[in-house]
Amino acid sequence: MCGIVGLFLKDPKLEPDLGRLLSQMMGVLSDRGPDSAGFAVFGRGAAGNVKLTVRGVEGSDFLALARKLSEALGIKIAAVGRHTHGILTLPADREADAKAALAKLAPEIDLVGAGTRMELYKEVGRPELVATQFGLERMPGTHGICHTRMATESAVTTNGAHPFSTGLDQCLVHNGSLSNHNAVRRELRREGIEFATENDTEVAAGYLTARMHKGASLKQALTDALTDLDGFYTFVVGTESGFGVLRDPIACKPAVMAETDRYVAFGSEYRALVDLPDIAKARIWEPEPSTVYFWERPN
Amino acid sequence: MNASEQVVDLSTTELRDLNSALHKLRPDTNQTLWRIANPRGRHSVAVGVDAPVTIEIDGHVGYYCAGMNKHAKVVVNGNAGTGVAENIMSGTVHVKGDASQSAGATGCGGMLIIDGNASARCGISMKGIDIVVKGSVGHMSAFMAQAGSLVVLGDAGESLGDSIYEARLYVRGKVQGLGADCIEKPMTDHHKAKLTAKLTAAGVTGVDVGAFKRYGSARRLYHFHVDNVY
Repeated sequence: MCGIVGLFLKDPKLEPDLGRLLSQMMGVLSDRGPDSAGFAVFGRGAAGNVKLTVRGVEGSDFLALARKLSEALGIKIAAVGRHTHGILTLPADREADAKAALAKLAPEIDLVGAGTRMELYKEVGRPELVATQFGLERMPGTHGICHTRMATESAVTTNGAHPFSTGLDQCLVHNGSLSNHNAVRRELRREGIEFATENDTEVAAGYLTARMHKGASLKQALTDALTDLDGFYTFVVGTESGFGVLRDPIACKPAVMAETDRYVAFGSEYRALVDLPDIAKARIWEPEPSTVYFWERPN
Repeated sequence: MNASEQVVDLSTTELRDLNSALHKLRPDTNQTLWRIANPRGRHSVAVGVDAPVTIEIDGHVGYYCAGMNKHAKVVVNGNAGTGVAENIMSGTVHVKGDASQSAGATGCGGMLIIDGNASARCGISMKGIDIVVKGSVGHMSAFMAQAGSLVVLGDAGESLGDSIYEARLYVRGKVQGLGADCIEKPMTDHHKAKLTAKLTAAGVTGVDVGAFKRYGSARRLYHFHVDNVY
């Protein structure tokens, strides 16, 4: 089953409310995916910096982790801990060094995602609880995607929860199941894309990352996915500046969208959208199968 | 307010209480008009009603609205989610907006009217229902349709009428493609009269029935061969 919500803001006045709106939307779809939940939010960033989202066991000391990495690399690293996740902010040109140092100095800590603005959180448990534990309702931002998971393709673990991120500021959530993910994963590994799980959705994220790495826009990458990915899917994806939606040609997995001059919203069901501002005046439609929908923020 | 009008606000009344009240209605009830406010996309609104009453729902509904309906007239002043009027037996269901997939699925009788578009699999496995869609229908509509009629004033998506048995399909616009064993058939005066009757019943007037094409079963699939009878 699974539930997806996404919100892409056009009106900057709504940005302080992004997390609150997403949290409400995700909570409504708890019954579509009570196993685990996750979300990616594109919040504030600072020029020249990158944010690494890392995950440890409950009670992990992310400030101590930041100090350890700071000393090893000789750079300033800021850290914020939220439940099992930490956000490490460091100079963008040292991202690779920091990842290597993290793997060496703190092998018990997992890297969840990296972005100039993206932060990514996911955990096992009821979606409402997961949202509260990470303080989603207090997170501002320009856009975000959330997922409530009912596992079918792989185990109920934090690693198996969505969103998946395989590239800087790239995240993807998925409702459905892919049937050719093993073959595609093998090909992508040959191209140098790294995978942390055996999950089908991570392959979709990796596929888009590989396409965009070769110069494709998110829209082009999604169009290519129609040819190369087989199975059931409704994808919602986020990049630093974009927000996209794609449904497979059969369109088994539900999707409803709403658009006003202030936002674009996605929900697996209309129920998730009912408390958005001026929803009564929104254009509401069901995205067509095999059709790429894409919105981009102005530069 | 009409003396017999019942107003139920789903932001303050439990959905189960509403459906339970509707299920208790007797054929001779005086509570013949129900107005439902704030459905907020909830599933299973007005499911299983078995009384000659009118139920007006003001807003968008979720899945299976008016499923298994008997005798009642259910009007949705908004959009409907998956499976509206699923397995309807009789009565009328009228969606003023769009309907999601599997609208009228397995319907055995009665009529489903959709003013907007219906998405994929509209009328899947229909068994006697009459469906009139004023907009377009998505792919695989009337899949394995067994009886009844599907009238589409707009276009039809891919694989219309795949593995169809006996239902009649009338489409005024473009058909993206026909499914297995579904073919275009002659539109005779007999069929024009039938179509006119369906449109009239749905309150659609001023439409030229000559502009429609008729589709149905070629009866060539496995189960149509006498040699395959057990």
